[in-house]
Amino acid sequence: MPLSTPSALPLLALQSISKAYPGVVALSDVSMSVHRGEVLGLVGENGAGKSTLMKILGGVIEPTSGRIVIGHAEFARLSVTASQAAGIAFVHQELNVFDNLDVAANIFLGREKRSAPLGLLDRQGMREAARPLLGRVGARFGPDTPVVELSLAERQLLEIAKALSIDARVVIMDEPTSSLTLTETQTLMQVIADLKAQGIAVIYISHRLSEIEACADRVLALRDGKVVGELARNEITHDAMIRLMIGRDLKALYTPPAAPPGKIILSLTAVVTAAWPQARADIVVRSGEILGIAGLMGAGRTELAETIFGIRPLLGGDIRLSGKPLRADTPAQAIDAGLYLVPEDRKRTGLLLEAAIDENIALADLPAVAPHGLVSRRDIRKRAETQRRELAIKAADLTRVAAELSGGNQQKVVLAKWLSMRPSLIIFDEPTRGVDVGAKSEIYRLLRALADAGVGVVMISSDMEEVIGVSDRIVVLREGAVAGILDRPAFSEQGVLRLAVGAN
Amino acid sequence: MQKKDMGLAVLIVIVGAVVYLRNPLFLSPINLGNTANLIGLFGLFAIGQGFVIMTGGIDLSVGSMIALLGVLFVDMVGRLGVPWPLAVLITIAIGTLMGLAHGLLITRLKMQPFVVTLCGLLIYRGVARGYTAEATAGFPFGASYPDLEWLTIGRSFGVPHSFFAMVLVGAICWVVLHRSVFGRHLYAVGKNEEAARYSGIRTGLVITLAYVICAVLSAIAAIYFAMFTRSVQPSSHGNFYELYAIAAAVLGGFSLRGGEGSIIGVILGVVLLQELQNLVNLLGIPSSLNFAVMGAVILAGVLADQQFNRYRAARRALRAMEPRPPADTATSSPPIVGSTPDRP
Repeated sequence: MPLSTPSALPLLALQSISKAYPGVVALSDVSMSVHRGEVLGLVGENGAGKSTLMKILGGVIEPTSGRIVIGHAEFARLSVTASQAAGIAFVHQELNVFDNLDVAANIFLGREKRSAPLGLLDRQGMREAARPLLGRVGARFGPDTPVVELSLAERQLLEIAKALSIDARVVIMDEPTSSLTLTETQTLMQVIADLKAQGIAVIYISHRLSEIEACADRVLALRDGKVVGELARNEITHDAMIRLMIGRDLKALYTPPAAPPGKIILSLTAVVTAAWPQARADIVVRSGEILGIAGLMGAGRTELAETIFGIRPLLGGDIRLSGKPLRADTPAQAIDAGLYLVPEDRKRTGLLLEAAIDENIALADLPAVAPHGLVSRRDIRKRAETQRRELAIKAADLTRVAAELSGGNQQKVVLAKWLSMRPSLIIFDEPTRGVDVGAKSEIYRLLRALADAGVGVVMISSDMEEVIGVSDRIVVLREGAVAGILDRPAFSEQGVLRLAVGAN
Repeated sequence: MQKKDMGLAVLIVIVGAVVYLRNPLFLSPINLGNTANLIGLFGLFAIGQGFVIMTGGIDLSVGSMIALLGVLFVDMVGRLGVPWPLAVLITIAIGTLMGLAHGLLITRLKMQPFVVTLCGLLIYRGVARGYTAEATAGFPFGASYPDLEWLTIGRSFGVPHSFFAMVLVGAICWVVLHRSVFGRHLYAVGKNEEAARYSGIRTGLVITLAYVICAVLSAIAAIYFAMFTRSVQPSSHGNFYELYAIAAAVLGGFSLRGGEGSIIGVILGVVLLQELQNLVNLLGIPSSLNFAVMGAVILAGVLADQQFNRYRAARRALRAMEPRPPADTATSSPPIVGSTPDRP
C-alpha cells in the first residue's frame, strides 16, 4: 500500500507542463505527481507523449511552459545534472550498459572513485561500494563480473543498481521488460516492491498492461499529449486502462477502394524472422487493397518488412510474390522482383541526405537513365522533373541536396524513387513519420491511387488514426506473430489495441 | 572541373611560378620530362587508391604490391624468359586476385579495410624479400626488350609514355567514376552504405570491385616502376607509396569517410606532390626535409579547405533562417541545414 496520503508533500510534481514543436504540440498542460514509496503506472499509445514527458524529467529537453517541483525547490526547466542531483534516475528500454567494462565500472561510470596520491581508479573502492547496491536489487552477480557475461535481465538489474548509486528517490522505468522473459519479469516486480519498501518512488511505463496491473498503486493515462484520466489502486483493470488510452474521434480519412480486392499479390506462410524466432507469421496481400500492419513498438513489424525485402535473413517459411516464390537475400533481388520498401528511418536508410534530390530519385534505377551505360544528367533530370510534378515535391532546385528539404518533401523523394519504377508491391514503413499534415493527406491519396492501380500496398504504422483511417484490412502483430486480422467493419481502436497488447 | 579542383590547379600554377622565378631550370625540357614521368608513375596507382577511398576504405598494401609484382615481373621476363606480353597478363592477373582477396575479406568476412590491407602490406613485402632471398631482381646484362621499353620508358614528342599511360587510365577511370552506373553506385555506397543497400545496390560487389580496380592499377604501375628502375630491390622498392597515394587523394578532395572526390582531383594531387618534390630539389632545400614539406602542405591544404567549407555551411544556415514560403516551413521535423557537414 502507498505510504503517502494526498496531503503529504510529493517527491516530485509536474505542474501544467507543455511542450510545443513547430506545428506539433507534444504535451499540453500535463500535471502529475509521485510520492514516497509509490509506483505510478504511466500508459498511453505510441506517440501519446510519454517519452517527451520523461525527457523533460531527465533534463534532455526543456518544456515550453510549466513548472517542475522537486521537494521544496521549483524549476522552470531541468538540466541533466540538475535532474540527477534531484535524485531522478532512468532505467531505459534500450540498455545503456557498456559490455566492455565490469559491473562496478558501469555503476560508477562518469563518477569514478579515485585513489590518492596519483588519482588512479580506485577499483577496490568501487567494488566495495557496488556490493550493497547489488544486494538491494537482489542481483546474484558480483561487482567484478564482466557485463558481457550478464543476461538481459541481469543488465536491467545493473541499471537499477546504477540508479540507486546516485541516491535516486524517483526511478523511472521505460518499458523495462521489453526484452525480459516471464520469470525475469517476476524478479523485476519483486525488485520494484523492494524499492517501494525503501521509500523510493517508481514511475513505470509499459505497454504490458498486466504488469502495470500487478505493480502500480496509481495509473495515469496520456493521450495526444494530455492527461486523460487517473485510476486509483482498486480501479486499475485492463479494460479501464484501454478505455482511457483510446477514445479520440477519428477523422474521416478513409476513401474506399475503386474495386473489390483482386488476386493475391503477396503471401507469407509461416514466415520466421530473426527478431522473433519462435513466432510464425501468415499474411496475404491482395491487389486493390491497402493492408495496414499495426502493433506495438518491438512487435516485429519493421523486422518482418525488412526480412521480406532481403535486408534481414529469412529463417523459415515461404514468401510468394504474384504466385512465384520470392527468395531475397539482398534488397537487389526483391527490387528486381518488383517489391519495394519505403523504410522507416528515411535519414539513415531512405535517402542519401548529402546527395542531390534528382540523384536520389534515380538511384535505385540508374541503368534506366544510362543509355549505352553512361549516366545521363539530362535523363536523371527528366525523370526527377516528372516525379516532382506528379508528387508535387516542393523544391526550388532538384540539384540541391536532399537534406535541405522538409520532412514531408524528403519522404516524397523516397516515394518518387520507387514510383518511377514499376512496383508490384510496396511496403511503406511509417510513411508519415515526421511529415506535416498537408503532405500526410497527399501521401494517403497516393497510397489509395497505387492500390487502385493494382499495386499491392502494405502500410506499417504506429499511428492508430492512420491505421484505422487508411487501411482496408488490418493485421495486428504481437511478438512477431499475427495476433489477429480485422476487416473494415470490425475496425476500432479498442479492437486493434486489445490485439496488440494481448487481451487477457 | 569542380571548384575544388580549380583551387588545386591554381595552387599548382602559383607554386610552379614561384619555383620558376627562383630557379628557371624548373621549366627546362629535361626537368619537365622527368617530372611528367614521375607524375605518370605515381598517378597510375593513386587513381586506384581513389576508388578505394571513395568507398570509405583504404588500401595500405599498394607499396608492397608494387614491390612484389615488380620482383615477379622482372624475374619472369629477365630470368625465366617468359614473353613479356604474357608476363604483363600474369602480373595483372595476380594483382586482380590480390584485390579480390582484399575485397572479399572486407565485404564477406566483415574485416576492417585497414587491418586487411595492413596485413597485405606485411605479407607482400615479406614474400617479395623471401622470393629473391633479399637479392635485387634485375634483367640480365645487356638484355633489351624494345617494344616493352618503348611502351613503358619510351617518349613521344619528348613526353614520357608513362605519362600517356596515366592520362589514358585517368580518362577511362574518369568515365567509370563520373559517368557510369557503377561510378554512381560507388558514390552512393561511400555516402551512405545503408541507404544504398536499401536502394537495391549490391554494396558488397561495388566495394569489392573498388579494391580490384586499385590492385589492377597498382599492378600496371608495378610494371612501369620495374621498367623505370630496371631492377627491384625488394626491401625498399615502393616503400611508403600507399601513403603517397592516400596523400594525393586527400589533397585532391577525397574524404577518408567516403563518398567524395574526383579523378581530376587525385591527379592534380599527384601533380602537386611531384611539384613539391621538385621544389625541394631545385631550391636547394636539403632533400632530407622532403617529407616534412609534403606533410606541411597537405596539412595546410586540407585545413584551408575544411575551414572554407565550414564558412559556406554557416552561410547556408544563415540563408535558411530567412523566412520561406509557408509550404516549406510547416514541418514537424527539425531543420537539418544548421548542422555542419564535417563531423569530427
